[in-house]
Amino acid sequence: MSAPFGRRACEVTANVSSGGYRIFSLRDREGPNPAPGQFYMLASEREWGEGGGRPYLPRAISVAEAIPAKDGVRLDFLVEGVGPGTDRLCELEAGERVWVTGPLGNSFSTPREVNPESAGAILIGGGIGIAPMAIWRRYLVERGIPLRVLLGFRNEAHSGGLNELFCAGGSLCPDVRLASEDGHAGHQGYVTDLLATMLAGDDATSAVVYSCGPPAMLEAVRALCAEHDVACELAMESPMACGFGACFGCAVPKPDGGYMRLCVDGPVVRGDAVAEVAHA
Amino acid sequence: MPEFCGIELDHPVINASGTYDAIAARRIFGDALLADFPFSAFVSKTITPEPRAGNAPRRIWETPAGMINSIGLPNKGLDGFLAEDLPQLAQLPVPLIVSVMATNREEFSRLVREVGERDEVAALELNVSCPNVHSGLIVGEQPTETEALLEALRPLTEKPLIVKLTPNVANPEAVAVAAEEGGADAVSLINTLKASAIDPATGEPAIAAGHGGLSGPAVRPIALQQLRAVRAAVELPLVGMGGIASGADALEFLASGAAVVAVGTESFRDPRAGARIANDLETAVSRSPSRVEALHLE
Ligand SMILES: Cc1cc2nc3c(=O)[nH]c(=O)nc-3n(C[C@H](O)[C@H](O)[C@H](O)COP(=O)(O)OP(=O)(O)OC[C@H]3O[C@@H](n4cnc5c(N)ncnc54)[C@H](O)[C@@H]3O)c2cc1C
Ligand SMILES: Cc1cc2nc3c(=O)[nH]c(=O)nc-3n(C[C@H](O)[C@H](O)[C@H](O)COP(=O)(O)O)c2cc1C
Ligand code: FES
Repeated sequence: MSAPFGRRACEVTANVSSGGYRIFSLRDREGPNPAPGQFYMLASEREWGEGGGRPYLPRAISVAEAIPAKDGVRLDFLVEGVGPGTDRLCELEAGERVWVTGPLGNSFSTPREVNPESAGAILIGGGIGIAPMAIWRRYLVERGIPLRVLLGFRNEAHSGGLNELFCAGGSLCPDVRLASEDGHAGHQGYVTDLLATMLAGDDATSAVVYSCGPPAMLEAVRALCAEHDVACELAMESPMACGFGACFGCAVPKPDGGYMRLCVDGPVVRGDAVAEVAHA
Repeated sequence: MPEFCGIELDHPVINASGTYDAIAARRIFGDALLADFPFSAFVSKTITPEPRAGNAPRRIWETPAGMINSIGLPNKGLDGFLAEDLPQLAQLPVPLIVSVMATNREEFSRLVREVGERDEVAALELNVSCPNVHSGLIVGEQPTETEALLEALRPLTEKPLIVKLTPNVANPEAVAVAAEEGGADAVSLINTLKASAIDPATGEPAIAAGHGGLSGPAVRPIALQQLRAVRAAVELPLVGMGGIASGADALEFLASGAAVVAVGTESFRDPRAGARIANDLETAVSRSPSRVEALHLE
């Protein structure tokens, strides 16, 4: 389903803090229900590109949850303030308006679409990259598709969103396992350690892996899946000025040379369709 | 209704080359794009003789009120463009202007001949911000090179030839005069301003290519002055661009002698910016009828 043409102003209905992150909600009266993995280009109506300075371009943000209601779809976003754009989004107040373009980009494929033999899904999210995993998890659960979720954080300050996006009845959903580099929650170490252990067991090799997180983590996931011959889909990031194929800024190298535009050919990309994920 | 080089336009707002991919936008926004097309003519991304992958990332960097880009002209090459893109662009509800660039006169001639003979094409824009491989000089920085190129290309097509000026020269008006003498039908300006930034995280240039071109509101006052200088030097119709983000901005360019304005970077913030700006212009003009005569916007 195509996105409405142009940007539209949507009202902020809530903005709460969750650990080191914020979760804000918009009421989208015009847009279609987004598919898991899609993103929006967002910019606040006020204090964005006014009077010069940054932020100037809109920012790409994944949808973390979308709940249809009679006055439109409620869109939830999980953000971490890392610069002027995300800082401004973190400060949004209920009642103010945000320019929204989208939903944009492609979405995750079900395990059966990726591999007809597959038995289920493994979702692995790191840091702010847990956002698209939340809406994808809910979608798979609703369809009765077996799944395991692995979520990792650097430390307590760089974590959040669990209570709102991955809990039911006050406790962490039973399919979710945590890892943290500082050991504040779950396994102490990388979340990809959990994936490595899981893929080493023979029941996991028929799963399809879905991942979003920092580039180094995505590269580890891609390499692990390639090693175990397990299909994976990665929700990637690249610098985006427009989100709708206009600027050609979001280039990501393809394995056979050349580049894809991540905003139109992604953000969800099959592990074997990208060259090594570039990371510092 | 504005007329530009014999082409009837519904309003004076077109897009800047390389800042709108109407084919991708149609896939994303559907037929609403066609029903409500934001520009009165569509300018393609610059086409080169052979396909180009474009530059390695990072390609873009936000700056105060603007951005630096070094995209590297990714495109399918002339044959790919004619076979795959042109039929789709021909479905747009507005006249089509094709931007072309080559690094020698023979290749430039081939582009102009083969694009110019297509009925779907209303005009060509010559992107001359490229080196001539024989002289090593950027054609658009040299009045003599520009005039010689135009003299070679002029006889090859009857379609209007628009020369897109680079702002990275001391006297853009000298290049505009050369384009006029060489037989150009119009001049468009400005292309991006050479610029760079350092990534604070690495201490290295933020753009992988080392530098890029600045666009957006940050360049608007420079664009406007270059337009005024060129206006004073040539008779040709002018396409004014550089940081136009509102109807008021567009009015500045029209009041300084542009026949048409082009919107680039602002479309990244608002995919319908062209229509919004055209609308604002119409309102501004209807409020101040004396302006209408002055700007020939009727
Ligand atoms: C498809 C997609 C989905 C995303 N989903 C989410 C999400 O759900 N939640 C979320 O929080 N984030 C998400 N992001 C990331 C988010 O878009 C970026 O973090 C955001 O654009 C950063 O903008 P900023 O102004 O806050 O930070 P910036 O200042 O832009 O800093 C972030 C990084 O950008 C670079 N940068 C660019 N320009 C400059 C400059 N002029 N000066 C300094 N550094 C600069 C630097 O490398 C810096 O480290 C997503 C990105 C994509 C592409
Ligand atoms: C991402 C990007 C790509 C561009 N690509 C081209 C191009 O292919 N050919 C060209 O002649 N100009 C290109 N330009 C320059 C624009 O057409 C325009 O001259 C310039 O951006 C100034 O206008 P603006 O400030 O409204 O963007 C590009 C600009 C940007 C920002
Ligand atoms: S973000 Fe502009 S083309 Fe992808």
